[in-house]
Amino acid sequence: MTQALGSFPGGLKLAGQKKRSTQTPIRKMPLSKTLVLPLQQHIGESAVAIVKVGDKVLKGQKIATANGHVSVCLHAPSSGIISAVGDHPIPHPSGLSAPCISIDTDGEDHWVERNMAEDFSDLTAHELRQRIREAGIVGLGGAGFPSFIKLNPGVHHHVETLILNGVECEPYITCDDMLMRERAQGIMDGIEVMQQALHVNNCVIAIEDNKPEAISSMELALASREKLKDTKVVVIPTRYPAGSEKQLIQTITGKQVPTRGLTLDIGIVLHNVGTAYAVGRAIKHGEPLISRIVTVTGKDVKHAGNFETLFGTPIHELLSFCDTKRKAGEPFIQGGPMMGYNLAGDKLPVTKTANCILVGVDDATQAAKPLPCIRCGDCATVCPVSLLPQQLYWHSRSKDLEKTSEYNLFDCIECGCCSYVCPSQIPLVQYFRFAKTETMNQEQERQKSDLARIRHDNRQERQERERIEKEEKQRQRKAALAASKAAKEKKEAEAAESQSESQEKQ
Amino acid sequence: MPLFRLSPPFLSGTSRVTLHMVQLLLALVPALIALVFFFGAGVLVNITFAIIVALITEALMLKLRDRPLKPFLTDGSALVTAVLFAMAIPPLAPWWLTVVGIVFAIVFAKHLFGGLGYNPFNPAMIAYVLLLLSFPLEMTTWLPATGVADNSLDFLSAFQLIFTGELANGVSVDAFSGATPLDAMKTQIRLSELPSTIANQPLFGVFGGIGWEWINVWFAVGGLFLIYRGVISWHIPVAMISALLIISSITFFLAPESTASPLFHLLSGGTMIGAFFIATDPVTAATTVKGRLVFGAGVGLLTYIIRVWGGYPDGIAFAVILMNMLAPLIDYYTQPKVYGSGLVK
Repeated sequence: MTQALGSFPGGLKLAGQKKRSTQTPIRKMPLSKTLVLPLQQHIGESAVAIVKVGDKVLKGQKIATANGHVSVCLHAPSSGIISAVGDHPIPHPSGLSAPCISIDTDGEDHWVERNMAEDFSDLTAHELRQRIREAGIVGLGGAGFPSFIKLNPGVHHHVETLILNGVECEPYITCDDMLMRERAQGIMDGIEVMQQALHVNNCVIAIEDNKPEAISSMELALASREKLKDTKVVVIPTRYPAGSEKQLIQTITGKQVPTRGLTLDIGIVLHNVGTAYAVGRAIKHGEPLISRIVTVTGKDVKHAGNFETLFGTPIHELLSFCDTKRKAGEPFIQGGPMMGYNLAGDKLPVTKTANCILVGVDDATQAAKPLPCIRCGDCATVCPVSLLPQQLYWHSRSKDLEKTSEYNLFDCIECGCCSYVCPSQIPLVQYFRFAKTETMNQEQERQKSDLARIRHDNRQERQERERIEKEEKQRQRKAALAASKAAKEKKEAEAAESQSESQEKQ
Repeated sequence: MPLFRLSPPFLSGTSRVTLHMVQLLLALVPALIALVFFFGAGVLVNITFAIIVALITEALMLKLRDRPLKPFLTDGSALVTAVLFAMAIPPLAPWWLTVVGIVFAIVFAKHLFGGLGYNPFNPAMIAYVLLLLSFPLEMTTWLPATGVADNSLDFLSAFQLIFTGELANGVSVDAFSGATPLDAMKTQIRLSELPSTIANQPLFGVFGGIGWEWINVWFAVGGLFLIYRGVISWHIPVAMISALLIISSITFFLAPESTASPLFHLLSGGTMIGAFFIATDPVTAATTVKGRLVFGAGVGLLTYIIRVWGGYPDGIAFAVILMNMLAPLIDYYTQPKVYGSGLVK
């Protein structure tokens, strides 16, 4: 066990509420009759369906293909028949609908032929990345960024350290904790693949000190791995948001990622432990990403726990499986209580980024009308990025977007610490999201109008140029005409002269 | 209206404005007991009266401004203004002084700027300064503390003095009044007395004036409670006290024949109520960490300058208001360094 080198400012000590869902081992969620799979479950371009209604598909068969670079494939979580390809409500803060593929499962769970590589040492980094992309793997910590991209440092960067994020700092969520406890060997497989893809030996597995079982399980698994002798478990103090990418890097290395830069700029690549597990399964067992571990927990969930759930499984089935009695008016959260979002309903499918379904938060935020800001500055004290949320709030409120950018609005990670401590109960994060969206909209508008202006200017310039050219041509023609006329006259004159000369001679 | 907020974070801490104010009032209790012990029950009469006037004024202003009564009457801010003001004025100040002060504080210093959270100056100090400028005699008519003279007035006689100006037997407030230690020190130094000799007079205790030194200690104790509870941060009090200590030590070292001791300054007048309860008012102080250090130090320095070279015996109120003016500027120039900024990509 090694010590962390740094620490980040601010943050919160929150009641973990983790025990609620760690009392039972990971259970398999029963197969659902219908699975609904949104084509976009990752950051980037939506996948493109390659099946049509009525097609028979096998478990693990590709049903949608990546579209463009920042995109990944999608696979059938179980065997069955495609019943629909079209819009369906998806889990999203705004409750919108998006293109989905629906599968009526046949209950047989027949696997497609799998491309296993028990020994993958002869595969090149490129081949590994291709397989990971084909397997549809995205960051399972919550953001859903295509993982193969984060395994490609490119020619300009050298990776010094791979950090595995097993911090899981948000209260209630325990899916990574349980994964580390029960499937540490699977995570080690994934780390070996990732190291090979990144050409890096140095690896740190970061775990908060409130997960002693996970720590010992991971250390035990690590001890049996000859290849992972430069990999170590680093236990970090429990403090929200320690698991946020930038804060974790600061904690582990003492270094900061430059503003608007990438972690790669300081030689670091960071992946979630769940992602590592998925990578291991994909390479060693040929299994694409078709399920994940979902924590179902909260005050209203009778049998809270972690469930290995196929994507597309309706959330209400998961909830009734755990015997959930949701009280009216309570938020219905996907993700954690600090950064999750309220779901529009429970008829929505489980997707790749659904780490936790939370029903019933202890000490839930009341919908009371906020008091005015009393400038206490507690928000600045807890901000892990050292922003001044109070100033950002004043400027967001007055829609002075330029000022919000000056106060580094876009460095805000929306962790919610400021809203949590605010004695006036001001929903600060909401203001910041609003200001960010407005700024981005304005930027888009500006780009559009810039483009229109440039086009207009170009047109004017072209017309002007054409006019000048035309005039020039006219002038030239006139000049030519005049010249030929003059020449003719001269000739005539000469002729006349020579005539008169000859007459004189005569 | 839904019961719960449906946007993140769904979890909320326990910090509330009202809770801050209640703890602040609680922290004033030890010093209040000391005040009553040394200066009689007049303080209690003033506080009760100030609270009543403050709540009525606050309610009227909220009504006029078409704001909801309940959240703003219960936030405790008017209460805190009233109590701090009443603890700062002389214990037997006439009732109309309280009315003028509180009305000015609530109407002009607070609501005309937008109410809770929007006032650039500390309302209690604005009221204090207004009265000091307009009614210097009444505002400097202090009592000698118990131990200097025996004037233990009961609640009823204090009430009579405050509301009628004299007791039933015709004795007026003037019969009780005397100079404060800060005032005595200042005037006698100007008469070329040695500070060490002045400090031996009956008005003075071990470090500061009799009574005053204890009141200051109890204000500090209450302030430490607030820091412990996280209601205020340590930066402003520490910066202010350090600045006062440093400058008074320097002048004391350079010219002991014409300046009072550093400890006298720390435990006299409004030093501790200023450091822990007035300068730390979040609405009007600087809010960044570095800014609070600058702000506190500024209050400390200005207080000393006004006390020693200015025309008034104490300078806390002026110092705080002057620094209030600078707070936005201080905040602007003391912004913390944001994560990842200034690093080359």
